[in-house]
Amino acid sequence: MQQVLNGIFAGSIYALFAIGFTLVFGVLDRLNLAHAAVFTTSAYVGIELVADLGLSIWLAIPAVLVTGAVLGLVIERVAFRPLKGRHDAHFAGLISSIAVGGMFLALLQARYGPDTRRFPADAFPSTDFELGGVRITLLQLVILGVSLGLMLGLAYLVNRTRLGRGMRAVAENPHAAAVLGVNVDRVTATTFAISSALGAVAGVLLAFYVNSAQMTMGFNIELKGLAVIIVGGMGSLKGAMIGGIALGLAEVFAVQYVGSSWRDVVAFGLLFGILLLRPQGLFGARQVREV
Amino acid sequence: MRIRTASVSTAAALALLVTGCASEDPADTAAPAPQASGGGGGSGEDCVIEEPVPVGAALSLTGAAASYGQSQQKGLELALDDLAEKEGVTYELAIEDDATDPKQGIAVFEQFISREPVSIILGPTLSNGAKTTDPIAQEEGVPVLGISNTAAGITEIGDYIFRNSLPETAVIPQTIAKAKESLGLEKVVVMYSNDDAFTESGFTAFEAALEEEGLETVETLTFSKADTDFRALLTEAKAAQPDALVVSGLIEAAIPLVTQARELGIEVPIIGGNGFNSPQLMADAGEAAEGVIVGAAWNSASESEENVAFLEAFKAKHDGNPDQFAAQAYTGMILVDAAVRAGCSAERDAIQASLGSLQDIPTPLGTFSFDNREPQHPAVVQIVEGGTFTVLD
Repeated sequence: MQQVLNGIFAGSIYALFAIGFTLVFGVLDRLNLAHAAVFTTSAYVGIELVADLGLSIWLAIPAVLVTGAVLGLVIERVAFRPLKGRHDAHFAGLISSIAVGGMFLALLQARYGPDTRRFPADAFPSTDFELGGVRITLLQLVILGVSLGLMLGLAYLVNRTRLGRGMRAVAENPHAAAVLGVNVDRVTATTFAISSALGAVAGVLLAFYVNSAQMTMGFNIELKGLAVIIVGGMGSLKGAMIGGIALGLAEVFAVQYVGSSWRDVVAFGLLFGILLLRPQGLFGARQVREV
Repeated sequence: MRIRTASVSTAAALALLVTGCASEDPADTAAPAPQASGGGGGSGEDCVIEEPVPVGAALSLTGAAASYGQSQQKGLELALDDLAEKEGVTYELAIEDDATDPKQGIAVFEQFISREPVSIILGPTLSNGAKTTDPIAQEEGVPVLGISNTAAGITEIGDYIFRNSLPETAVIPQTIAKAKESLGLEKVVVMYSNDDAFTESGFTAFEAALEEEGLETVETLTFSKADTDFRALLTEAKAAQPDALVVSGLIEAAIPLVTQARELGIEVPIIGGNGFNSPQLMADAGEAAEGVIVGAAWNSASESEENVAFLEAFKAKHDGNPDQFAAQAYTGMILVDAAVRAGCSAERDAIQASLGSLQDIPTPLGTFSFDNREPQHPAVVQIVEGGTFTVLD
C-alpha cells in the first residue's frame, strides 16, 4: 500500500510534467525540448525563493508558476515564433528549443554553480499521518493536491473556456482558426505559457519531494516525460496524466516484485509493450494522413 | 604559488637519515645522488632544493564530488602554509579541477605529466577517476598519491601509485564489527549504487564483513548514483524489518536517502560507507542524520599533537571545521614533503622510492606508515549524535 502511494506521488509529478509537454504538442504540433530546462530552472528558483528570500513554500509554488509562464513566453518568442513560417518548422523548432534549453541551463549554472542545492532543513512542515501502517507526509499530500488540481484546471480550461475553444480550433487547423477570427499568435503564446507553467510547478514539486535540485534533473524526467506522452497518445492530456501515474507505479512495482536493478528495464519495457499493442498510445487517435 | 619554507623540528620523525644535496632541476633531470648524512638529528630537514618542487593536485572542485574536492583543496592550502615555515624546500602547487569526470581527469593528468610537468600528482578525488587516470601516470613513471581513493584495486595499478586514504576494505570490517558489538545487530538490509566503482567496491567490502561477522542480509537493493527518490526502495527495506540499513553510496545519494528513510519511519541505525563521511550530511539532512554510523580513517576528536594543531590552524584559516577529506589532503602534502626531504630530490623516481619507505610519520591521521604503498594507521567508528560525529563505543 505504501508502495502504491509512493508510485502515485512520483507519478503525479511525471504526469504534471508530461501534461505540459503534451499540451504544446497537441495544440501546436510542436515538440518543445526546452520543457525540461524550465523544469530544472524552476526547481532552482523555488529553492532560492525559500532558502534565500525566506518565502514559505505555499507562496513559492504560485511564484514559480508565474516564472514558468514567463519562461514559456520567452521560449515561444525566441525558439518558435521566428521559425514558424519555415516549411521545416517542426524540425527547426525542435532544434532551436534544445538550444534555448541549453542556454537556460548555462545561465542557471552561472548563477547557482554546479552543486546540488537543497532546501533548509526546516523549510517543510514535518506533519505526517499514519493510517494502517502507511505513512504520508503533509508535503506529499500537497504535491498530489497541487498536481491533480492543476491538471483538472487545465482540463476545464481547454474544454469549457473561450481560450480553450481557441486552442482546440488552432489544434484543428491554424489557418481556418485565423479565418474564423481566432488570434493564433496569442493562443500560441498562451499555450506555451500554460505548458511551461505546469512544467515549472512539476519542477518545484519534485524539488520538494526529493529535497534537492541538480543540473541533471531535467534530463532524467525529459526521457520519462517523452515516454509518458507517447504511451498516453501524443497530444492527449488524459493520456499524459494516466501515463505519468502508470510510470510511477510501474517503477515502484518493479522494485517490489522484480528487483531494484531492473527498475528502468521493467518500467520502460512496459511502456514499450503498450506501444506494440497500441501504437497510437492509450488515448491517442489513430493518425490519419491527409494527402 | 611560491612558498618559502622554514625549519620545524618534526625532524626526529623522519626515519630516513639522508640529506644535504641540492637539486637544480625539479622534475625531469636527474638530481645528484643524495649523500648519506652523519646520523643524528638533522637528516631530511637540512635538505635544500633551490627550485620550488612542482606538485599537481587533480581534484573534483565541481560536479557530484565537489564537496569532497573543495574540502581537499582547503586541506592542501593549509598544508602549504605550514610547509612554508620549514626551510630548504619550497613547493609550487597546481590545483586543477576534473569536474568529477574521468575524461576531464585524463586531461588534467596529461597536463601534469608532460605539458606542465610536476614531481608528483595528488588525487584524483574519486576512485572512479583514479582507475582511469592512474594507469597513465604509471606508464609515464609519475608518482601518484591518492588522498581519498578508498576503493579496492587502486594501488594494484602499479608501483608508482600510492594512497594515504585507508581503503574501505580496512575501514568497513572494523565498522561492522564495532556496530554489531555495540548495537547487537542480527539482520540488515544492504543498499548500494551499482553504477559507481567506489560504491560497488564498498558494497563488496560490506558483504564480506557482514559474512565475517555472521550477520544476515535479508535484502540487497540497488540504486543509481543519480537517483534522488528512494521511497520505493526504502519501503521495501522497511518491510524486511532489519536491525540496521547498510548503505554504500555517495553523499549526493546519502542525504536524500537518509532523509526519506526517517520520513518513512525507519528509525534503525544506518551504517554508511565512506561516502557518508562528511559534515554535509548533518548540515543538509539535519535531524534525520542522527544514528548514522560511519567508519572513518580520521578521528576528528583525536587529541594527538598533530591533530590538535591541524584543527586549530584549519579553523583559523578557513572558518569552519575540517572533514576527513581535508585531513587526508593535508596529510598527503606532509607525506610528500617527508618523501622529498628523505631523498632530498624533486626527481620523480627518487620521490617514488622514498615515499614507499616512509615509516612512523606523525600526522593528523595518527602515526602513518606505508606498507606496499598502502596506508597503515588506525581507523575509528563514528555515530552521529546531536548533530556531530562522535566515537561509537
